[in-house]
Amino acid sequence: MADETLDCTGLSCPMPIVKLAQTTKSMEAGETITVTADDPGFEPDVQAWVDAQGHELKSLEEEGGVFTAVIELK
Amino acid sequence: MPDDNGPKKATLIVFSGTMDKVMGALIVATTAAAMGMEVTMFFTFWGLSALKKGGIADCERNWMQKMLGWMLPKKAADLPLSQLHMAGMGAGMMKKIMEQQNMQSLEELLETAIDLDVRMIACQTSMSAMGICREELLDNIEVAGAATYVGEAQDGAFNLFIS
Repeated sequence: MADETLDCTGLSCPMPIVKLAQTTKSMEAGETITVTADDPGFEPDVQAWVDAQGHELKSLEEEGGVFTAVIELK
Repeated sequence: MPDDNGPKKATLIVFSGTMDKVMGALIVATTAAAMGMEVTMFFTFWGLSALKKGGIADCERNWMQKMLGWMLPKKAADLPLSQLHMAGMGAGMMKKIMEQQNMQSLEELLETAIDLDVRMIACQTSMSAMGICREELLDNIEVAGAATYVGEAQDGAFNLFIS
């Protein structure tokens, strides 16, 4: 099991979701990725990505304009 | 035949050869690919300019085709804005703003799309009409006809025409 972290701060749509897809490609079910992003659209977008992929959004928090999402891969 | 178990498909026809419209198409295409869809982009007529790598190749063309080749953009970075182009000033300012906003450029989005295995197809028939030869296009794209597009579009969860 190798959990990952991904920093997407400073990146605009669609790159946070693109990086998330690229990074999780080599990961396995049960592993967790923690991703941070400050693109204002990230909150609904990460939810849509998780739903489309069938993963689970464990938490999504915002602090000072930076979102932190914890996703468990299914 | 549609495959209910495989990944969903999305197809886009890129008819426009303007920077902003091609970028819009690429943002949707890369996002769809990132969301697990199988994406096909079919570039036709003015849209073909986005796939050019720059320069004019020495291939067989008549004088009218040659003239078109000279007048059209030679590479993705040269595409005009669909509005407020102002002889290049508008496009230059838009690129500057996008850079400040950490947005990807059109060329970077193209690379991202190819990296995400978005299938890029140049329309053979419109290549002839626009005086474009294969050597002038990026290496990792396919050249095919409308039937290839329609074949993919039959199973498309969404199919867009970017004019």
